[in-house]
Amino acid sequence: MKETPLSNCERRFLLRAIEEKKRLDGRQTYDYRNIRISFGTDYGCCIVELGKTRVLGQVSCELVSPKLNRATEGILFFNLELSQMAAPAFEPGRQSDLLVKLNRLMERCLRNSKCIDTESLCVVAGEKVWQIRVDLHLLNHDGNIIDAASIAAIVALCHFRRPDVSVQGDEVTLYTPEERDPVPLSIHHMPICVSFAFFQQGTYLLVDPNEREERVMDGLLVIAMNKHREICTIQSSGGIMLLKDQVLRCSKIAGVKVAEITELILKALENDQKVRKEGGKFGFAESIANQRITAFKMEKAPIDTSDVEEKAEEIIAEAEPPSEVVSTPVLWTPGTAQIGEGVENSWGDLEDSEKEDDEGGGDQAIILDGIKMDTGVEVSDIGSQGGPKHWKNGADAPIILSDSEEEEMIILEPDKNPKKIRTQTTSAKQEKAPSKKPVKRRKKKRAAN
Amino acid sequence: MEEETHTDAKIRAENGTGSSPRGPGCSLRHFACEQNLLSRPDGSASFLQGDTSVLAGVYGPAEVKVSKEIFNKATLEVILRPKIGLPGVAEKSRERLIRNTCEAVVLGTLHPRTSITVVLQVVSDAGSLLACCLNAACMALVDAGVPMRALFCGVACALDSDGTLVLDPTSKQEKLQQCLAAAQAASQHVFRFYRESLQRRYSKS
Repeated sequence: MKETPLSNCERRFLLRAIEEKKRLDGRQTYDYRNIRISFGTDYGCCIVELGKTRVLGQVSCELVSPKLNRATEGILFFNLELSQMAAPAFEPGRQSDLLVKLNRLMERCLRNSKCIDTESLCVVAGEKVWQIRVDLHLLNHDGNIIDAASIAAIVALCHFRRPDVSVQGDEVTLYTPEERDPVPLSIHHMPICVSFAFFQQGTYLLVDPNEREERVMDGLLVIAMNKHREICTIQSSGGIMLLKDQVLRCSKIAGVKVAEITELILKALENDQKVRKEGGKFGFAESIANQRITAFKMEKAPIDTSDVEEKAEEIIAEAEPPSEVVSTPVLWTPGTAQIGEGVENSWGDLEDSEKEDDEGGGDQAIILDGIKMDTGVEVSDIGSQGGPKHWKNGADAPIILSDSEEEEMIILEPDKNPKKIRTQTTSAKQEKAPSKKPVKRRKKKRAAN
Repeated sequence: MEEETHTDAKIRAENGTGSSPRGPGCSLRHFACEQNLLSRPDGSASFLQGDTSVLAGVYGPAEVKVSKEIFNKATLEVILRPKIGLPGVAEKSRERLIRNTCEAVVLGTLHPRTSITVVLQVVSDAGSLLACCLNAACMALVDAGVPMRALFCGVACALDSDGTLVLDPTSKQEKLQQCLAAAQAASQHVFRFYRESLQRRYSKS
């Protein structure tokens, strides 16, 4: 889907408000939105919400052979995905620029800063090392993807536990989580990205822009920093000219923000650790608020399955496949079968062959096109077996179950001349997605009668 | 979803190895659902069954590419994304199944030449994933206000080697069902058939 364009009046309104130091959601210039971190039941899984922007992060590990030029180091792999549910404009082919930019920034922030100790991921030098894979999925796009993604990545990495390995001489033993407790990764520091949006050629600055503000901004400055005030990565995009003292000011603000966010992360990790140790309930189920009207929970429900055998027969006998046209195929000669009857041509008596495209049979074409791909397969199978077979509900006449709002269909008696004949190959072709011109007959063979 | 609570039902333990055969003892895990949790999609739902969790987002009815449009009904598209790695063949087959279910239920003829997109993201997988995906898709379609002729749901059921039914199996139970071993034994039979048929064809006699 194309991105809905931003109207000029909305753009003007936003810019005017920013000039007056006002933001649409009431925040101050340097305020972050609410950050909420929740963990799943397996280690390394977390969901981070920055306002309405939502990112899912999952860390997984695997034993692989190391890279040739780095035989004693583990491998880190990052993958940020912009899910199609995050914004209507995120279609598989369309998001390449933004995706590459975000992925590159994530890599620089996390890999080049050496926040994870890759030497500790080595098991057998030159042969087996751990490959740590971080998958981030953007679930909802409300601005500032990079901040949310970097928080999700570092939280997931801190939360993750890898299986314990012991090396004794030549023997390497990999313990399952049941045998030995899994081991956390060794993380030196936690780099977090902070985004600054600039407006009116650098005159105005906002921290943590939301989606509307991102649309009207001139440029973006991203500073990745850790709580020790070390800058891990800095990137300016949008082509705006920034003055030196502006950049220095931003880095000071970033230092303050990163300290706050790091504290929040550590507290969340600690809470989760405590709950797991005490044996309490943890996971996403607990993070669904009870009092919200849009959320609903139900406890474990026992199901009585004692009469399943008797009921099974009943269910199959009474089951009707949804919205299908069911009719018995009629075999004319080996290799030619007819499924369905033609409907009376409502346009009148046009006997010549130019009615390839007539409207009268159009309705019927739609119905038969409505046969889903699975049943299309069944129909051709029946044809190939060379005989009419009764369908489940034993119908003899074609039954048309259509929710079409078109006019009433007249179903002819079986002994009238069928106008349209479907052959075996035609039904096979109906397996394709309904084409734009369903009125056109794919094959026309008149029964010789 | 139909349930019958038995008055003296034994609640099966979450990590129990099995339930009493076909009696009161099969139980569904704890459910939770939250709707309208994402601001961008028209409808969204997060469905949790025990530890399995799936997030669904629905866009629709919306603009459709001319190559994909159907003149008399809505084009329904289902996208399933796994948590780790790129989507593969298993995801494609699940997408197909979910799409068939949705197409049977959604009144597509009310919105011709539009598209209804259902995007599913696996948040955690602890058994009964397909059932959870179906449930999440249904709740998301309801949240989006897409006209449907009925609701649908999914329930997973596994059959043990000694014939006991297990409803809503956890991932441990799905593995213990020995389907893999049974399938392997059957595949040996198929391979023997292949070998014999080719032998017959290429033998000199």
